[in-house]
Amino acid sequence: MATKAARLLSKLDGLFAVYKPPGVHWKLVRDQVETNLLTAVNAFPPPAPQYQVQFQLLSSGETSTSSDLTLTATKLPVLADHPLVTGPQYHKIRVGVGHRLDAFSSGVLVLGLGKGNNALDSLYRSHVTRDYTLEGEFGMATNDFTHTGRVIEKSTYGHVTQEKLERVLAMVQGANQKALITYSRVDLHSQEAYELAVKGMLRPQDKSPPIITGLRCLSFKPPYFKLEVQCVNETQWYLRKMLHELGLELRTTAVCTKVRRTRDGPFNMEDALLHNRWTADDIIPAVKYFRRTTRKIRKNDSYKQAVTQLDSTTEAQDQSRTNSCHLEAQEKDGSNNISAEMSADSKQWS
Amino acid sequence: MYVCRRCVCVLRSPALLWGKAQPSVTPGLAGRAAGAPDLYFMSTTSYSHSSASPAHQIFCQSFRERWKSCGVRFFSEQQPVSQTGTRSLPQTSEGNITAAAEELDRHLEASGGAVSVPVGQRIIDLDALPYQSPFEEISEEDAIQIIVPPNLPPASFTLRDYVDKSETLRNLVQLGVDLSKLEERRNVGSMLVRLDFQADVAPRLFFLKDLGVEDSHLGPLFTKNPFILTESLENMQARVSYLKSKKFSSESVAAMVIKAPYLLNFSVKRLDNRLAFFQERIGLSAHKTRDVVTRLPRLLCGSLEPIKENLKVFELEFGFRMTEIQHIVTRVPKVLTASKKKLTHVFDFIHNTMGVPHSLIVKFPQVLNSNCLRMKERHLFLEFLGRAHYDPAHPNYISLERLVTVPDDIFCTEVALASFEDFERFQKTL
Repeated sequence: MATKAARLLSKLDGLFAVYKPPGVHWKLVRDQVETNLLTAVNAFPPPAPQYQVQFQLLSSGETSTSSDLTLTATKLPVLADHPLVTGPQYHKIRVGVGHRLDAFSSGVLVLGLGKGNNALDSLYRSHVTRDYTLEGEFGMATNDFTHTGRVIEKSTYGHVTQEKLERVLAMVQGANQKALITYSRVDLHSQEAYELAVKGMLRPQDKSPPIITGLRCLSFKPPYFKLEVQCVNETQWYLRKMLHELGLELRTTAVCTKVRRTRDGPFNMEDALLHNRWTADDIIPAVKYFRRTTRKIRKNDSYKQAVTQLDSTTEAQDQSRTNSCHLEAQEKDGSNNISAEMSADSKQWS
Repeated sequence: MYVCRRCVCVLRSPALLWGKAQPSVTPGLAGRAAGAPDLYFMSTTSYSHSSASPAHQIFCQSFRERWKSCGVRFFSEQQPVSQTGTRSLPQTSEGNITAAAEELDRHLEASGGAVSVPVGQRIIDLDALPYQSPFEEISEEDAIQIIVPPNLPPASFTLRDYVDKSETLRNLVQLGVDLSKLEERRNVGSMLVRLDFQADVAPRLFFLKDLGVEDSHLGPLFTKNPFILTESLENMQARVSYLKSKKFSSESVAAMVIKAPYLLNFSVKRLDNRLAFFQERIGLSAHKTRDVVTRLPRLLCGSLEPIKENLKVFELEFGFRMTEIQHIVTRVPKVLTASKKKLTHVFDFIHNTMGVPHSLIVKFPQVLNSNCLRMKERHLFLEFLGRAHYDPAHPNYISLERLVTVPDDIFCTEVALASFEDFERFQKTL
């Protein structure tokens, strides 16, 4: 029989997004969500106390002689199960954090609850793009690329125009596009690559350096400017550094005043919870709202894994057919899939 | 928490458990009922009865020696250290025991030329002990008085195992003391198990009741400071009378004890030092010191170093004058114990970003105590709306009090004159 607390806990299972305010570390966000959920779960009344039959020596009333003691069975509550003795029922709820946001930046932060933490892994493997809004200021360079850091250089920025800025942005985007094609592991001359590129679905297949897939200027009021960035596998430090290099390319210097993530894969800013809503009452509907998204993320990931496995086995079969006698050479090449090697082995011996 | 053997030994002793119901248990009977593993139990029984034979004493001593070699100290050895007078069991002096041992030695040598063993590691001849044969019939009355020892683990990581057997723990739970919190603290679990309710706990409960502490506050008080249960009554009385001599009313003393339960564990000298510090260093009058201390008695318990540091921060870093600091401290004593980093952060934002002068902060010092993130969001929202005027001379100015204290929805409708949804949308652009 599930208690109310267990029923509530079963609902806290999946992914949802919060809006991290600037200046707060992501660990604090995670801890606060966890403590809020724990207080909600532990607020339910404890289960009814169990009773224990105890035999006590009591003087029987009728005879009223002091030496006459009789064993009397009495029902007493077991104190070992008292909430003050056992403490709160739940001490820990698994809360995981998706792609991190450092203390300086703000925006959408994906959190996973319970079994949703596995979906976080799937989300990581799916290499989704994220949207950022960067705000910068020309004329200054600091040691950590933010406006709060120690100023190490000052420069003029009168010569910077919007055209020049956009030219540099286009250059950066072009370089990144090239990197994207190399890391997406498709043959550039194939029909498949063409179709992916037309849809804009080219993605790096596994680990890759940060790649910017889209970059444009939202507003330009010297010395302030605002950029919109879509990228994969980035860190906020990388984005600020890119802003700094942008400044150098424009023959001036620039610092970052704000990094804001407006989208993390399927999680939009509109559905992210603000910090006054990080309570169980608001988190449960949010988890429910994102249930379909979570399921889709899981499904895509398992599908992709199945496909890669299938690919590797077929490759291995082809290889074993073509060069079954050169197994040593194949091993030296280092096909990283153990199962492929195993199947090749069995092919050779059968 | 780790409850050690010697504490459980106290729980197991019949003086505590069946003390009232079973005044005449012979050690031999108890030993027989307990069986071999509970020799330990027997040793404690013999101490509670003054009429133990010398052979029995030797038995106990050798038992003690054996455990001493394992690093286990005995409860009975600790008795002189504890301050309670009622449970100090008759102590057998070491000289007495050795004399008895020598006597027995001589007796043994005379009877059968036994191998002489050093006194410490004597092998006890169990035949010498008086015990009844297993085939002997016993009467109903005797049978009913056979003690079955409670099935208690000798060592445990939690108080749950002992709570049903110990009168003290049971009563503490019924008072509302959170044992689950106390058992996490070092040595507290062992201390609680060793306490006797009638002798140790009850007088202190009466003392606190006389002080004016209400029943509902006793549980949280002991949860915060279980060491009141071992503090001597005279000391606590002396501290209370010291506070009363400093013209704290009896209600305020009770309120202070509830707010800062460790107050009664500090010496009079230390309390005097603290009170003198507030009068001299900050220059508060006696009446104001009393007021500040009554509102935040934590000041008397903690270290003075962070307080001195905070005062320096106010004086040098923030640039408040001494009279202003006095005013701030009397209004919000909590700023003295707040973290220096947080205070600097808040003051930097209020003074440098919002542009509020010192005089306005002194008028509403609670602002130093408020949530910085919330204040930042509200200020930026007001600035975005063009309503961020904190100067009272300006029309439609916004006082710091209204900025900080009101909840979000009222802030939106009455202060910012915007809808709550707009405020949330704005928060997502930060």
